Amino acid sequence: MNNLQRLKEPMGSLIERDRPVTFSFEGQSIVGLAGDSIASALLANNQWLISRSFKYHRPRGPLTMAGQDANTLVQLGGEPNVLADNQVIGAQMQVSGQNYSGSLESDRDALLGHFSRFMPVGFYYRSFFKPMGAWEKWEGFIRKKAGLGVLDLEAKPEYYDKEYLFYDLMVVGAGPAGLSAALKAADAGAQVLLVEEQRLLGGALSYHRFDIQGQQATSTLSSLVDKVQAHQNIQVMLSATCNAWFTDNYLPVIQDKRLFKVRVQECIVASGAFEQHVVFRNNDLPGIMMCSAASRLMKHYAVKPGQRAVVLTGNDTGYLTALDLAEQGVQIAAVVDMRESSLVSELQAAVRDAGIEVLCNSTVYEALATKGNKHVRAVDVRKISAPGEVASQARIIDCDLICMSAGFMPAYQLLCQAGGQLSYSDDTAQFTLSNLPAHLHVAGSVNGVHQLEQVIKDGQRAAGVALHNLSLGDETIEAVTCQSNHNYHWPIFSHPKGKDFVDFDEDLQAADIVNATRLGYRDIQLVKRFSTVGMGPSQGRHSALPTARLVAKATKRTVTQTGITTARPPFVPEKLALSAGRSFNPVRFTSMHHRHIALGAQMIAAGNWRRPAYYGSVEQREQAIQSEALQVRNKVGLIDVSTLGGIEVRGPDAAEFINRIYTFAFLKQPVGKTRYAVLTSEQGVVIDDGVACRIGENHFYVTATTTGVDQVYRQMLKWNAQWRLNIDVANVTSAFSAVNLAGPDARKVLQKLDSDVDLSIEAFPYLACREARIEGIPARLLRVGFVGELGYEIHVPSSCGEALWDLLMAAGKEFDIKPFGVETQRLLRLEKGHIIVGQDTDSMSHPGELSLNWAVSRKKPFFVGSRSVDIVMAQTQTRKLVGFTLDAIIEQPKEGHLVISGDDVAGHVTSCEYSASVGKCIGLAFAAIGDSQPGSSISIRVDSGALVEASVVSLPFFDPDNQRQEL
Amino acid sequence: MPFSLLKYGLNSDFPYEKHADLPSPSALKSHYDVVIIGGGGHGVATAYYLAKYHGITNVAVLEKGYLGGGNTARNTAVIRSNYLTPEGVKFYTESVKLFKELSNEFDFNIMYSQRGQLTLAHTDAAIRGFRQRVAINKHYGGQSELIDPQQIRELVPSLNMNPADMPVLAGLWHTDGATARHDAVAWGYAKGATSRGVELHQLTEVTDVEVQQDKVTAVQTNRGKISCGAVVQAVSGHSSILAAKAGFKLPITTYPLQAMVTLPVKPFLDPMVSSPSLHCYVQQTSRGELVFGGGSDPYPLYSTRSTMDLKEGLLANAVELFPAIAQMRLMRQWGGLTDMTSDYSPVMGLSPVENYYLDAGWGTWGFKATPICGKTMAQLVAGNGKVPELIKPFSMERFYRFAQVNEMGATAASH
Repeated sequence: MNNLQRLKEPMGSLIERDRPVTFSFEGQSIVGLAGDSIASALLANNQWLISRSFKYHRPRGPLTMAGQDANTLVQLGGEPNVLADNQVIGAQMQVSGQNYSGSLESDRDALLGHFSRFMPVGFYYRSFFKPMGAWEKWEGFIRKKAGLGVLDLEAKPEYYDKEYLFYDLMVVGAGPAGLSAALKAADAGAQVLLVEEQRLLGGALSYHRFDIQGQQATSTLSSLVDKVQAHQNIQVMLSATCNAWFTDNYLPVIQDKRLFKVRVQECIVASGAFEQHVVFRNNDLPGIMMCSAASRLMKHYAVKPGQRAVVLTGNDTGYLTALDLAEQGVQIAAVVDMRESSLVSELQAAVRDAGIEVLCNSTVYEALATKGNKHVRAVDVRKISAPGEVASQARIIDCDLICMSAGFMPAYQLLCQAGGQLSYSDDTAQFTLSNLPAHLHVAGSVNGVHQLEQVIKDGQRAAGVALHNLSLGDETIEAVTCQSNHNYHWPIFSHPKGKDFVDFDEDLQAADIVNATRLGYRDIQLVKRFSTVGMGPSQGRHSALPTARLVAKATKRTVTQTGITTARPPFVPEKLALSAGRSFNPVRFTSMHHRHIALGAQMIAAGNWRRPAYYGSVEQREQAIQSEALQVRNKVGLIDVSTLGGIEVRGPDAAEFINRIYTFAFLKQPVGKTRYAVLTSEQGVVIDDGVACRIGENHFYVTATTTGVDQVYRQMLKWNAQWRLNIDVANVTSAFSAVNLAGPDARKVLQKLDSDVDLSIEAFPYLACREARIEGIPARLLRVGFVGELGYEIHVPSSCGEALWDLLMAAGKEFDIKPFGVETQRLLRLEKGHIIVGQDTDSMSHPGELSLNWAVSRKKPFFVGSRSVDIVMAQTQTRKLVGFTLDAIIEQPKEGHLVISGDDVAGHVTSCEYSASVGKCIGLAFAAIGDSQPGSSISIRVDSGALVEASVVSLPFFDPDNQRQEL
Repeated sequence: MPFSLLKYGLNSDFPYEKHADLPSPSALKSHYDVVIIGGGGHGVATAYYLAKYHGITNVAVLEKGYLGGGNTARNTAVIRSNYLTPEGVKFYTESVKLFKELSNEFDFNIMYSQRGQLTLAHTDAAIRGFRQRVAINKHYGGQSELIDPQQIRELVPSLNMNPADMPVLAGLWHTDGATARHDAVAWGYAKGATSRGVELHQLTEVTDVEVQQDKVTAVQTNRGKISCGAVVQAVSGHSSILAAKAGFKLPITTYPLQAMVTLPVKPFLDPMVSSPSLHCYVQQTSRGELVFGGGSDPYPLYSTRSTMDLKEGLLANAVELFPAIAQMRLMRQWGGLTDMTSDYSPVMGLSPVENYYLDAGWGTWGFKATPICGKTMAQLVAGNGKVPELIKPFSMERFYRFAQVNEMGATAASH
């Protein structure tokens, strides 16, 4: 067949007949029509073989034509696993098959199918591992066979984004139930979002025949669709999938390259039902499809699915499909009805009147294939003698198409994600859903209602409930019942030769499921995990029901007792790009950032911040750090410390609050003074440090570490939620920029600038803080000694940060001022023996181990962690952070290297640098308590594995009497 | 194709009853010497070692759902020993050793796959931590090394070396890192235990624990009361709830942990790759699927529901690490319950109730400890409460002594 032979209108509602589109499949040029899916275009060109199955590499063609199965997964350029029955064709698309050796047409791996008897369910658990070590060889071979499509590792990222939507009501599914629900709710004033997975409204109305004459669907469809499209209160989204249900009706809808995150008050799921297959031998051949797939092919794409068909059914659908097929010129060889007789005798009569043979109480026992299993060529039809069993007499009927319908399984996935429970009556073969959360409703065939009038009523009923919840309606709501039965109770006909597939995705046959139970895996979940049934791309849409039936029978339980496996999001496989969205990695720059760049700084990350590590080229790293350090020691340096956390604590209880949060005593801290502030966790572990400045009687300004401030701020809020002290806490980190001006000439530099503060040592001594104006810039000045030199931390509003930097650099020019970076600061503070929380501490470090006892007030009644600190400090200590030096450096220890004591690990090196000022390699390490006294020696195991001996010394390494910072 | 498969194919009646891995359901007895609560990997492993190595077979494993259906079924099957503390490294290193021989010990293939685990450092602080972990691993016989960006590129060519603007500075390459078929581990242990006389009772929920004079005497179940000599609780995810029934409180908070899997593609990623800074790890399974995991949910909850927030955050970071996978499709998202302790180490050994033994606090690190837990818990039970050296550091009373075994840095999002 080619495009000229498409069926006449009104068939083909999705295609544009005058717009041919050329694409390639497996290197062959294919001409389809605009609106075709890849699968419909291929079938129109008589290309039925679309994919190879996962395990046996069997030829597969379309099964549902609705993106519900894995048979049509193809490779689209560099993109693997694209559903060919959903993907619309585009010009120049390059489509190919997946998972084959050689070509799709002749796949060498198809040989595996002949060995299926040697690969019983779970065979890999019983083999490949003997003798010891054998598995390592097999594993590589088996691993290579895994996977379906091929990922293009060079693929360039495409633009995907997200949008938030808010509605009163979302209706999932625009079939008759969804359309009528949306209309009713919208008429009552609700704002409705109607989401439809397919490209057109109507659901089954767009392809299914509901009556003998074939008129009902068309007339109903046009009246509903016209009203919905014209309604101001209804927003319609087509080709859009509500792909999960998350708590409180938080619903992701995916459409093209956008993820809509939708919040609705009420949600009605009218998702329809999945037609089910019949299990018989070779039920996977190309040319065998669901009845609905044949209808979709004709009505949506005007593609004639075959020349001579056998319809295998367990309900009325098969008859209606047969009428549709016959109308379009397909010869119907027979309608094979598994039931005793049709429930609707007039329907059966209509089919017989059309000259179609009807065989009741019969089934297809085996499909016969053309060479290479490429297509169905005939069926072996037999009488059903008992459930699942057939008579020995066979009748062979030639055909090139089998349409089947064993029944309908509700599309329950969203509802079960919401906690809904699916139960099944073994007597009536009907499903019910219960235990749905409030504000989530169900309507239509997913609710077990199939007759069109009832379906429409059920949609209106669900809308009524939603309207009631929205306070938009208060009419009494009556339940809708459905008499018709769509599910045949035992559509499973095992064949001794197998290939009677229960799960097409995973190539699992009826015996595989039964054998799993015989091997002891009786629970449905164990059957799934052992056999992998339902674990493939279609996640059990077609395998769940036959599996539950087989397991129930094999373990002598009911299907309800057996249960079905859990439905998890997403509903259909969705591209990771949709969840990832736009790449968004915020970075924080300080107000002086551009100055650092201009000065040639190497920037490093500190949380989200970027900070200068040092100034100069990467190759000159060591020299740059050493020279910056000497500059600070000998003259004056300037470092940007804007990333330091800043927290304002204000109010009558400010001092009391600080006193409870930090370990030191703060109640009597004078205004205008700073004090070292250590924060311990409730376990007594040191988790942050900083400086608390008393700006006023009721006002503290506290600094915190760059990466710790958010946590400190949260802790403060959390504690005061309990304490209810009269204070206000604000994280002002970004509001302030700050520098540390440090070095013997620091005062001289600052004195060059116009300020209203007396900088003399008497008026502004070490550890004092002042509020001042420097060249008109309001500033907080702190005399602190992190790097151990005369220094001023100057905090100014961030808008003035760059100006401050420029003023200081200009004023310092005559003193040869140089900027220095964080790495230099690390060396300078190490020379002073100052710890960096997080680097020189770990998640067990208490103040005693860090020699911070002096910063812990023993007199005050309480601080956060005080109880734990008391307990651990009273215990026998096992380790201590010590300073060490190395005289002769053979191999310099690195941070993280172990301190070894005998056979044991005593601790590790936390900081280690070469110090030009000290003239030695210096460092901090955790050492065994017995080796922690100055004069002891510790052994450090370096990269080469050698042990390096280091001397424990007292801290600080440089300027032991701390005179320089107090100048 | 191995010859062992011929016997199934040529045998028209396979499977015989003798092939069954697990026995059919049986009646519950009124007394067992040992009752193990929880039929996950840890529970059946404990039963296995009790039966095989200590000759204790009057044992019932009680499982409220199905065998291995809790966190054994929900974890991402990663096995590694590159922890931070000496206690942790010693313990998990023993576990890895046992894992390597399990298939042959069971005569059941657990598909142990040693492909190595690569953890990425994006900061200096991470490099320091990795160097320490490498040193400690090596000291206790594990296989780890610190590798540079060039080595990382060669190992994982598909990796973005600057994900989320955080350059990859170094890697912790743990060649011992592996995966196994997690379900098969539980099945193999169950098979070995039940074939030696242990009874596995699924759909059997313990509703109460009877304690007399601080000693456990019986458990109540939905199928009746069972008296017992000793009880092992191995109910990861519900440890606190069960302990409360036995009358004591555990230092545990329970958080959901979610994971995800894609549709399969042909293999392109051999090692497991993890970025603690991005709270994300990725591995490609033997089926070709990518499995993603991250950190636990930010608030405590007893629910295994999935959330959109976690999916968005985790997948955004996964795509940062491997930009090409943006084109791959997510197939399934699920959740488990993690019993977190404040030091990210388990709670094992004695409890305040005599003869009631604890195997709890398994957070996000339970699967990889399955064999060594089974072995040491069996030793504990068989020794009438004499605690094996290997698990002494994990005792519950460590929290009262402030003697924690802190694995925080070696645990977060690197499983």
